[in-house]
Amino acid sequence: MKAIVCVKQVPDTSGVVAVKEDGTMDRAAMATITNHDDLAAVEAALELKDATGCEVVVVSMGPPPAEGMLRELLAMGADKAVLVSAREFGGSDTYATSQILAAAIKKIGVEQDDVVFCGRQAIDGDTAQVGPQIAEKLHLPQVSYAADVKMEGNALTVKRLLEDGYMMLKVQTPCLITCVKELNTPRYMSVPGIFECYSKPLEVFNYDTLKDDELIDLDTIGLKGSPTNVYKSFSPPVKGAGMMLEGADKATVDQLVGILDGKHII
Amino acid sequence: MDLHLTKEQEMLRKMYRDFAQNEVKPLAEEVDEEERFPEETVKKMAKLGMMGIYFPKEYGGAGADVLSYVMAVEEMSKVCGTTGVIISAHTSLCAAPIYEHGTEEQKMKYLPKLCKGEWIGAFGLTEPGAGTDAQGQQTTAVDAGDHWVLNGSKIFITNAGFANVFIIIAITGSHADKRGRKVKDISAFIVERTDPGFSVGKHEKKMGIKGSSTCELIMEDCIIPKDRLLGQLGKGFKIAMQTLDGGRIGIASQALGLAEGAIEETIAYTKERVQFGKRISQFQNTQFQLADMYAKTEAAKWLVYSAAMKKQNHEPYSMDAAMAKLVAAETASDVTRRCVQLFGGYGYTREYPMERMMRDAKITEIYEGTSEVQRMVISAHLGIK
Repeated sequence: MKAIVCVKQVPDTSGVVAVKEDGTMDRAAMATITNHDDLAAVEAALELKDATGCEVVVVSMGPPPAEGMLRELLAMGADKAVLVSAREFGGSDTYATSQILAAAIKKIGVEQDDVVFCGRQAIDGDTAQVGPQIAEKLHLPQVSYAADVKMEGNALTVKRLLEDGYMMLKVQTPCLITCVKELNTPRYMSVPGIFECYSKPLEVFNYDTLKDDELIDLDTIGLKGSPTNVYKSFSPPVKGAGMMLEGADKATVDQLVGILDGKHII
Repeated sequence: MDLHLTKEQEMLRKMYRDFAQNEVKPLAEEVDEEERFPEETVKKMAKLGMMGIYFPKEYGGAGADVLSYVMAVEEMSKVCGTTGVIISAHTSLCAAPIYEHGTEEQKMKYLPKLCKGEWIGAFGLTEPGAGTDAQGQQTTAVDAGDHWVLNGSKIFITNAGFANVFIIIAITGSHADKRGRKVKDISAFIVERTDPGFSVGKHEKKMGIKGSSTCELIMEDCIIPKDRLLGQLGKGFKIAMQTLDGGRIGIASQALGLAEGAIEETIAYTKERVQFGKRISQFQNTQFQLADMYAKTEAAKWLVYSAAMKKQNHEPYSMDAAMAKLVAAETASDVTRRCVQLFGGYGYTREYPMERMMRDAKITEIYEGTSEVQRMVISAHLGIK
């Protein structure tokens, strides 16, 4: 039994967003972190491993620095890592990315009792599309926004978090689950884990590795295969807190009019 | 000479920092105010392999190295001096002597449980009448055939209230030296908390590292099996001194962490505090003070790391450990005091962590060999007599 986890290395958007002259994000100038929802997915897979002894394979599509992140995940307890990286894959939007990741997962192999975990959404794109798109391309049943996952036999019972409540669903393996960060508290890398991580297997899948898959075509990957393009990225200008005027009487209205007049708005 | 951390050590530092920020820092104030031993933190650290960092996997350790252990004490101490010393005393003063001098049976019995944090370790050398003058030992261990009987008391023992395993130094006899003077035979023993006649006594109320459990140990006809002798009979003093050499590197790291943590907090504060219409970080005095402190702390860091590397490489490190502890401890005391000053009135209040760091730093100049003892070790190594 395997738990395959899709993980993305993202710029730390809690800090300042660095933007290049052409409007695209200057990722090289920003600190990188592992996407929070994806860490929840890794933890869910590791908890499944603790309970069932299954193998955990972490997969990431990204530039070479993503290897550092994969080593950290191996240090947390994952058994194998796959880096999907090639110039041909660069510039992919969610549609093209999910083609590539689905092909990579097919190459890793999805068995009857396997589970694919993804984070709900990445903090840079915020689309929440890749997980569900991968499920569609692999013809797997999917449950998104998982806030709790329990394994019972060959079925998973999933608590799905919605805006105004939650749903309890039962889904058979193989299946795909997208996880929200409320699902769990990701474990730390352990000291022995860190000293073992460089001896655990890490494979790189490039264009040649995947090109024979029916999903992969030069027209369906990279910038060319992306129906959507990012037009511009920017940090919205910081607005002030504004001024609050309490009261609904004439005096307050007079005060408001005075301020607007003073600013030559009226 | 490569002064860079390995890839694994860089990852470790990241983990230690995350752990310190998320798990240790939030408790630091409470641990100090309530004088509470953070048992839950010890459990979490044990789970990550932090209670046996440099011992081999075959004994339950994490299979890392001495520098990786030193970094753990350093990073924890940046946010909580108590947490740093818990790791240090347990690792260097209890697990280490068993690893270095124990029989295979002793190592297999104690190390796995110590490394996994199931058991916490402590070291009992100091007595009411024997501090720096460690030879002034009065605790005795009498050979009673198939067991030993220990009598005496120890004070100021770190981790005592929560430890399960204690390395106890005691007199096992005497002999005449070349000049006919009576010399004590001192030996080392492994004592367990549950041994009959052993008890943990008075808990000390201290100036700093208040969450650290510092207690008296009392042995009244304490009976331990024969196989609890650690190392050779009569070699206990040497074992104790070697143990302290390693412990000194741990305490030097604690001092280093305290100094680094204080500087970090102070840089952040001075960038926010406004007086005379400016951030106080814009005043040259603030800048120069922090520059001085940072440079001195970096210098201390390299002494600590160098001692750790020498121990790791099985080179003689006694002199290096003494220098590291001397410099790091005095730096920590000086830096934390000057940082309180840069915080001004707020530095004196318990609202900010600075006063705690200053109180915590002081002990690093005293325990595991006072700064005076370190000077004795260094001058002896230099052959100055």
